[in-house]
Amino acid sequence: MNRITNHQLYRLIVAHFAEIIREPSVIFWGVVFPILMAWGLGIAFTQKGGVQAKLAVVRKTDSTNPNRETKLITWLSANTQKKDSVYTITLKNEKLGDATLSFVETSSSNAFTLLKKGKVSVIIEDQINGSEYRFDPANAEAKAAYHLAADLEAHGPQFYTENQSQIEPLTLSGTRYVDFLIPGLLAMGIMMACSWGISYTIIDRRSKKLLRRMVATPMKKSNLLFALITARFTMNLAEAILLFLFSWIYFGVKIQGSLPALIVLFIAANIAFSGIAILISSRTANTEVGNGMINAIVTPMMVVSGVFFSYHNFPDWAIPAIQYLPLTMITDTFRSIFNEGAGFMDVWREALVLTTTGVASFVIGLKIFKWY
Amino acid sequence: MSDSEFIVEVRQVKKSFKDVQAVKGVNLKIKPGEFVALLGPNGAGKTTLVEMIEGIQHPDEGEIFIAGKQWKHHQHELHQMIGLSLQETRFMDKLTAYETMRLFASFYKLNSHRVDEVFKLIGLDEKKKAYVDNLSGGQRQRLALGVALLNKPKILLLDEPTTGLDPNARREIWNILLDLKKTHNTSLILTSHYMEEAEYLCDRIIIMDQGNILGEGTLQEILALGGGHRSLDELFISLTGRHLYE
Repeated sequence: MNRITNHQLYRLIVAHFAEIIREPSVIFWGVVFPILMAWGLGIAFTQKGGVQAKLAVVRKTDSTNPNRETKLITWLSANTQKKDSVYTITLKNEKLGDATLSFVETSSSNAFTLLKKGKVSVIIEDQINGSEYRFDPANAEAKAAYHLAADLEAHGPQFYTENQSQIEPLTLSGTRYVDFLIPGLLAMGIMMACSWGISYTIIDRRSKKLLRRMVATPMKKSNLLFALITARFTMNLAEAILLFLFSWIYFGVKIQGSLPALIVLFIAANIAFSGIAILISSRTANTEVGNGMINAIVTPMMVVSGVFFSYHNFPDWAIPAIQYLPLTMITDTFRSIFNEGAGFMDVWREALVLTTTGVASFVIGLKIFKWY
Repeated sequence: MSDSEFIVEVRQVKKSFKDVQAVKGVNLKIKPGEFVALLGPNGAGKTTLVEMIEGIQHPDEGEIFIAGKQWKHHQHELHQMIGLSLQETRFMDKLTAYETMRLFASFYKLNSHRVDEVFKLIGLDEKKKAYVDNLSGGQRQRLALGVALLNKPKILLLDEPTTGLDPNARREIWNILLDLKKTHNTSLILTSHYMEEAEYLCDRIIIMDQGNILGEGTLQEILALGGGHRSLDELFISLTGRHLYE
C-alpha cells in the first residue's frame, strides 16, 4: 500500500482530484449548474398542453359612423370576461391542454410598443366587417396565436374542444423534450469539463511556471497528463451520474438502449475531448489566449451540435459538416442509446471515430507541447 | 572531459534569443560545497545561465558539465542531483503544504519520513496542513526551498529566492541556507539583486552584465577590483555605470 501511495502517478492523480473537489465553484458549475439547467429547460418545455397567447386589439371604426361596433370587440364583450381593457377566454381541451387567449384593447401606437416589448405577439385590427392580423410569420408563437384567434373568431370556442378523439397525445418515454435534452447536456458536460478542466489547467500551470518546475524533477511527463485526464474523467463520470439520477427521478428519463454501449461511448467521448484539450493547450502560456482558444472550439459546437434544439433547422448543405463534429456525434449517439434503444453494434463506429480523434489530437499535442 | 575537482563546469557557453545575445561565452567552475552568487541587473544573463545549468535551456555553443556529466546523455541522473527554486513559481493553490511536498517527494521516490525531515529543516511544521494559497510570500518561498531540498541535492540552484520578501522572511531563508552549508556538502548557485544576500551567504561572488562576467572572487577580492571599493554597490556602478537593481 505504501508503495502505491508513494508512487508519482498516484500522487499526481490525488493532487489533481483534490484541486478539483476543493474548489466550490467547480462543484457548482460542474454538478449543480447542469442539474439546474436540466430542471429549468425540462420544466419550460415539457409542461402539459398549456398555451398562453396575448394579442393586442385595435379598434378601427368607420369615420362616417364612429359609434358603430366592430366585429371582434363585440364578440369578446359578449362572450368573455373583461378586466382593465383585457378580454380573457380559456379554451378547454383535455388532450391538447387548455389555451388561454388574452386580448388587450389598446391604441394602434401602443399596440406596436407592446409588440416590440414582447408583451403581445399579434396585433389585430378589428374592423366592422372582420379582422386583419399583423405578426411575424417566422415567430412560431405568434403564428399559433394567430391561428387560435382567427379560428375563435370564425368558428367560436367549439373549434378547440371538438374532435378530441382524433388526438392521441404522445407520452411514450423518449419522445419528450427532456428526453432530447438530457443526452445533449451529458455530451456538452464532457466537452466543457475537458476543455476547461484540462486545457485551462495546463495553460494556467504553464503560466505559473509549475509545469517547468515539475519537469525539472525525475517526474515522467506522461504521468502528469495521464493523471490530469484521469482526475477529470472521474469527475465527469460523477457529474454525469448525478445529472442522470436527477433526470431519472424527476423527469423519468430512461436509458432504453444498452448500458455497456453507453459506457463505451462515454469513455470514447472523454478520450476525444481530452485529446482535443491537450492539443488546444499544447503551446500557449497566456491564459487570455487560452481562454479565447477554448471558446473558439467549444462555442460553435455548443451552438450547432444540437444540444438544445435539433441541428436539422440549419441549411441542408451544413448538416453533413455538423454531423461530423465531435459534440454532434456524441449527442446523436447518446440520444440513440437513451431514446431509440441502440446497442453496442449501433454505436461502435462512432466510438471508434471519437477514440481515434482523441488519440490523434493527443499525439499531435504532445509532439508540439511546450513544458515551459 | 571535465575536471572532477568541480561539481559544475561551464565552458565558453553562448546563448542567443532571436537578436539578443543573452550569454556571451561564459566560463565558470564551482567546487563541491561552494556557495556562489550571480549578481546582475535585469537582462544581465544570469537567469539564462542558471537555466542552462538546470538543463531547461541548451547552449548554442560551449559545454556544461555537472559532476562530470552532460544533460544530453544523463538527464535522469542529473535531475536526481539538482534541486532548484525558480523565480515566482506558484504551486497548486488548493493543495496543502504537506501534500505539495509529498507530490514532489514521489517524483524522487521518497517517502513521508523525508518530507517530515524537510519540514523541520525549513521550519514550516505548523503550516503543514495549510493550503498553499493561504501561505504568506515568505512561507511559500520556504516551501519552494523545501521542495528543492527534498532529494538532498548536490547542487542547489536558487533564482532570486528572496525577491519581494520582507527583511524577516528574507533572513529566515538565509538562516536555512546557512544551516545547510554547515551540515551538508551542497553547492549553491544563487542569483540575486541583493548585495547583502551575496555578502551574507556566498563564498564567491560573480558579477554579470549584458551576458558577460565582469568580475568574480571572494567579497574582499572583488571589492579590490579596480582599486578598492567600500561596497558591492559602489563596485557595481564603477564596473557597469548602473545600479544593480536597475
